[in-house]
Amino acid sequence: MPARKTQTAILPLPPDELRELYRKMLTIRIFEETVFDVYRKGLMPGLAHLSDGQEATPVGVCAALRLDDTITSTHRGHGHIIAKGGQVEPMMAEVMGKVTGYCRGKGGEMHIADVSLGILGANGIVGGGIGIAAGSAFTAKREGKGRVSVAFFGDGAINQGILYETANIAVLWKLPLIYVCENNQYTEFTNYHKLTSGEGLVARAKAMGMNALEVDGNDVLAVYQAAHEMVEAARKGKGPATLVCQTFRYGGHHVGEPGTAYRSKEEITEWKARDPIPAFEKILLNHKVIAPSDIETMHDQIHTQLQEAVATAQEAPFPEVKEVGEHVYA
Amino acid sequence: MSMRELTFAQAIREALDEELARDERIFVLGEDVGAWGGVFRCTEGLFQKYGAERIIDTPLSEEGYIGLAVGAAMTGMHPVPELMFGDFITLAMDQIVNQAAKMRYMTGGQVQVPITIRVTMGGGRSSGGQHSQSWHAWMAHVPGLKVVVPSTPYDAKGLLKTALREPNPVVFFEDKVMYSKIKGPVPEEEYTIPFGKADVKREGKDVSLIAISRMVHPTLAAAEKLAAEGISAEVIDPRTLTPLDEETLIKSVAKTGGAVIIDEGYNHFGTTAELAATIAYGAFDFLDAPIERLGAMDVPIPFSPQLEFATIPDEAAIILAVHRILDGRRR
Ligand SMILES: Cc1ncc(C[n+]2csc(CCOP(=O)(O)OP(=O)(O)O)c2C)c(N)n1
Ligand SMILES: [Mg+2]
Repeated sequence: MPARKTQTAILPLPPDELRELYRKMLTIRIFEETVFDVYRKGLMPGLAHLSDGQEATPVGVCAALRLDDTITSTHRGHGHIIAKGGQVEPMMAEVMGKVTGYCRGKGGEMHIADVSLGILGANGIVGGGIGIAAGSAFTAKREGKGRVSVAFFGDGAINQGILYETANIAVLWKLPLIYVCENNQYTEFTNYHKLTSGEGLVARAKAMGMNALEVDGNDVLAVYQAAHEMVEAARKGKGPATLVCQTFRYGGHHVGEPGTAYRSKEEITEWKARDPIPAFEKILLNHKVIAPSDIETMHDQIHTQLQEAVATAQEAPFPEVKEVGEHVYA
Repeated sequence: MSMRELTFAQAIREALDEELARDERIFVLGEDVGAWGGVFRCTEGLFQKYGAERIIDTPLSEEGYIGLAVGAAMTGMHPVPELMFGDFITLAMDQIVNQAAKMRYMTGGQVQVPITIRVTMGGGRSSGGQHSQSWHAWMAHVPGLKVVVPSTPYDAKGLLKTALREPNPVVFFEDKVMYSKIKGPVPEEEYTIPFGKADVKREGKDVSLIAISRMVHPTLAAAEKLAAEGISAEVIDPRTLTPLDEETLIKSVAKTGGAVIIDEGYNHFGTTAELAATIAYGAFDFLDAPIERLGAMDVPIPFSPQLEFATIPDEAAIILAVHRILDGRRR
């Protein structure tokens, strides 16, 4: 099935919102590059899972969301968090294990959350956030204010039981829940075709009675349009939907490996030719939503913002050891 | 206070009923809990009273509906998922251990997870190896969970009401043998029982018998028989494992000088081990004999009654253990 592409004749959002989408995509890209740098300089503990190359999917989906809508994220979650409005300063501080981080240094790069923005946490268990997303959709339905819940997950979660257990419930109970699968073609070091039977998630979701669609996950407007339709239907009580976004991560599974041993040069080059950021730039320039100088300015601004975020986080204290026993119980 | 006799199941049902009426955020979900009223009758009539929106029949998807309950709790509801057989907790383990128990901690205190998971425990019904297990120690091993193990209708009601007002995840263990067989006085008036307060079920001075959940009953019967022999046994029910009322246990053993711990969970790395360590540390100077641990035998639970009853501590085993202590002899 050919992935759905943007029709570029009319743009689906007003210019200021389009510029904001672009800014977020660029922020994710530069955030990830900065984290890589932070890792290489030994300024962060542990490893990081970066999402450069995949920016269009979270930004396109979150453009369809309200502040009070919720998302659950994955181990590769920085993009989702920025797309939903997360601030890079407490994110960077959390990556670096500082007390000024979103989770006071208790979560780390894989568990960033900002509940006030509807970000119910990134999850280290592949598929582990899907139940939480279903629960948020349950609460949303009960509240009756048209709020929706989005579960982001990778192709690796396609074969987790909780996906189907909650999907069945979500269809039966008409929960306002959007399943967003970012298929970056690899589950860790194995191509997803080797791991997934049949025709894939769209076919499986349809078999369960759910609306489902596949889009080019590097086309931010195509992602937005599909997500928007699904979200609006869910707000009106039409139940859940599944959106599969085809995309590709540029780096390795984590910062500790380059991602070249199990992916061919050709494959990487091919995907890089479809980079979501220049592709969107082209559309914005063509429609005069943005000028080349705007792009440069924005780039510089974000770059500076992230350098400052790193510097501030470097100076910030680590949590005091006395905090270790706090927040176990409410 | 005006009292009446309720069964264990009726006490559970009454706690649910009162709390459902008190708090709109509470809802019950599980397999056959709705129109059918629950396999063990603990939700009987609640569907008719509160409707399908609040007493919800789920598909057989333990991980799915418990995961959903965790998310609902994080977003302001107070779900009460039921696991028909505690053995099935294994299917929901990720959602309980990796999600519910640590969401608050990992977010640096941003969320609360007020979820009350009701699960059964206990053998003795010839239900076989997958419908008889008691996994409370497993749950008590996990930081972030509270673990409740009531032994009487009075305690069950008061503790369940407390659980339903808790901002934390609670795993509430109900021994299914007690549902219809154990009856006891329950006041008409509203009451709750705080977590972390052990109950002295019988006072005594010669030996401390610390019993968990249904094991309180054979322990009380043993204490009665021991009294006839002139041995005064104190029976203590911790009622909650997390938090644990260490003080009451230690004080009792400091007074009596001996302890037997009786549990239907496994001995190996189990509740009896943890309580023995607590007592050994806190009452070391007062112990006259080694602490006796009577847990379930460390085998899968067998079907045939002759075999099954051999794996579960009973009155006779408790009396023997007390004699070993009073004789000052090792096993
Ligand atoms: C339940 C579970 N199994 C295995 C892992 C180890 N692991 C972490 S990420 C990952 C691959 C996930 O692939 P995918 O869902 O496609 O996400 P991507 O890394 O491609 O973003 C694996 C196997 C895990 N964290 N959780
Ligand atoms: Mg993947």
